[in-house]
Amino acid sequence: MSMEAELIRSLIRRPATLLYPFKRRPLIEGLRGKHTWDSERCIGCGLCARDCPAFAIEMIGTGPTAELKVDLGECIFCGQCEEGCPREAIKLTEFYELADPKRKNLILEFKRESV
Amino acid sequence: MPSTIKIPFGPQHPALKEPESFLFEVDGEYVVDVVPRIGYAHRGIEKALESRTYIQNLYLIERICGICSHAHTTCYTQAVEEALKVDVPSRARYIRTIVAELERIHNHYLWLGLLAHEIGFDTLFMYTWRDREIVMDLLERISGNRVQYAMNIIGGVRRDITPEVSSEITKGIEVLSERMKYYKKVCSDEKTMLARTTNVGVLKAKDAVSLCAVGPTLRASSVKRDVRADDPYAAYDEIPFQVVTNDGCDLASRVATRCDEVVESVGIIQYALDHMPKGSIEVIVSRVIPSDEVVSRVEAPRGENLHYLRSNETDKPARYKIRAPTLANLSALCKMLIGGYIADIPAVIAGIDPCFCCMDRLTFIDVNSDKTWNWKCDELRRHAIKWHKEQ
Repeated sequence: MSMEAELIRSLIRRPATLLYPFKRRPLIEGLRGKHTWDSERCIGCGLCARDCPAFAIEMIGTGPTAELKVDLGECIFCGQCEEGCPREAIKLTEFYELADPKRKNLILEFKRESV
Repeated sequence: MPSTIKIPFGPQHPALKEPESFLFEVDGEYVVDVVPRIGYAHRGIEKALESRTYIQNLYLIERICGICSHAHTTCYTQAVEEALKVDVPSRARYIRTIVAELERIHNHYLWLGLLAHEIGFDTLFMYTWRDREIVMDLLERISGNRVQYAMNIIGGVRRDITPEVSSEITKGIEVLSERMKYYKKVCSDEKTMLARTTNVGVLKAKDAVSLCAVGPTLRASSVKRDVRADDPYAAYDEIPFQVVTNDGCDLASRVATRCDEVVESVGIIQYALDHMPKGSIEVIVSRVIPSDEVVSRVEAPRGENLHYLRSNETDKPARYKIRAPTLANLSALCKMLIGGYIADIPAVIAGIDPCFCCMDRLTFIDVNSDKTWNWKCDELRRHAIKWHKEQ
């Protein structure tokens, strides 16, 4: 008999769920989402590709001309690339809506502008 | 005609969330014997660990279990740090403790909801899972993700807890503590709950110890055993807390134990937040681990986690063995089920908080021919009998 008060309270409360995608909850700071890459900072050491547990990162070339390919379909968003990067060149942003019907569109190709 | 009937339960069954099979021998409505068949969720994680580096393994270990992911990585990092002879900064140890206790709160809320769902009390299931969102949001605020937190790294933790996050945690855990006290009252007052849990799945203290039960299942049989108190890791040696036990030995006492554990966890988190030392949160460690053999223990929300590591001066482990709490609780579960009603099976199975995907890794390897095969319990038994006859 201890649940009646709770039931009545719940009747007048708003629903616990949000009407997504019409309403979105505010972005949480530090959420692990889509990658960004700063070509100026990257020295092409390849630590991100070497440590990636899902083998989602491919480094094309080596050294200062190296470019980066990230497969979001493979990525498990653990943030090891961000953690291991000695120059803070690769970072995860808060953007999380990444669904796409084509796998091809999930591959992020980061190019250097001046090369 | 035999007096008993054999009923297979699972591997696909509405009362089980994961594939696992039990063969029940029943006499009328009573269960006479239980034969569990494990191995349906075998994923070859231990072998995969041997072919990845220690850093990559952090994230594979985390995916052994979705709920106690932090407990598994804590156990793993402890083992690797022990092999490296590295001391983790004290602030990192406190942060590990806070995340571990939040995870325990999350697990117990989830478990209470699942148990309520199994016994047909879906209102309680909805309420507990609604309140579980609070702790999931807190974990997301700390680590950046709702389930796989990736907080532990070898040599410390990845993210610091800022004062703003700390005050958010304080607010959140206060609500969680109040709600759990309310749910404990509901569970001890509601007729539905009492009728389905009192004197169901009885496990006496003597049986619990001799069958090597772990975690809340053991503590609900009035055995005061907890890795956090017996062999303190992280910051548990500096934080005062009580090991919650209950002497009911039945499903109702398992509910009460877990409810009290949540309240105790809230106390631990509050103490850790107030007494957290300042300083660095990680130390830089080598990628190559010197050769060593380490056993590491952690009290996961479901019970004792045991990891064994053998390293060989490379960046990959030579052997890694994981004993998850559900495997330890399985023989105690069979004891609980025998003598009970068929209708109580789902509730009793849910009562040990089973996680079969953590547990399934019974693989045999022939060292001479490198042949690998999987054996189920009864196959192993048949083999043993045949082997002894031939001797």
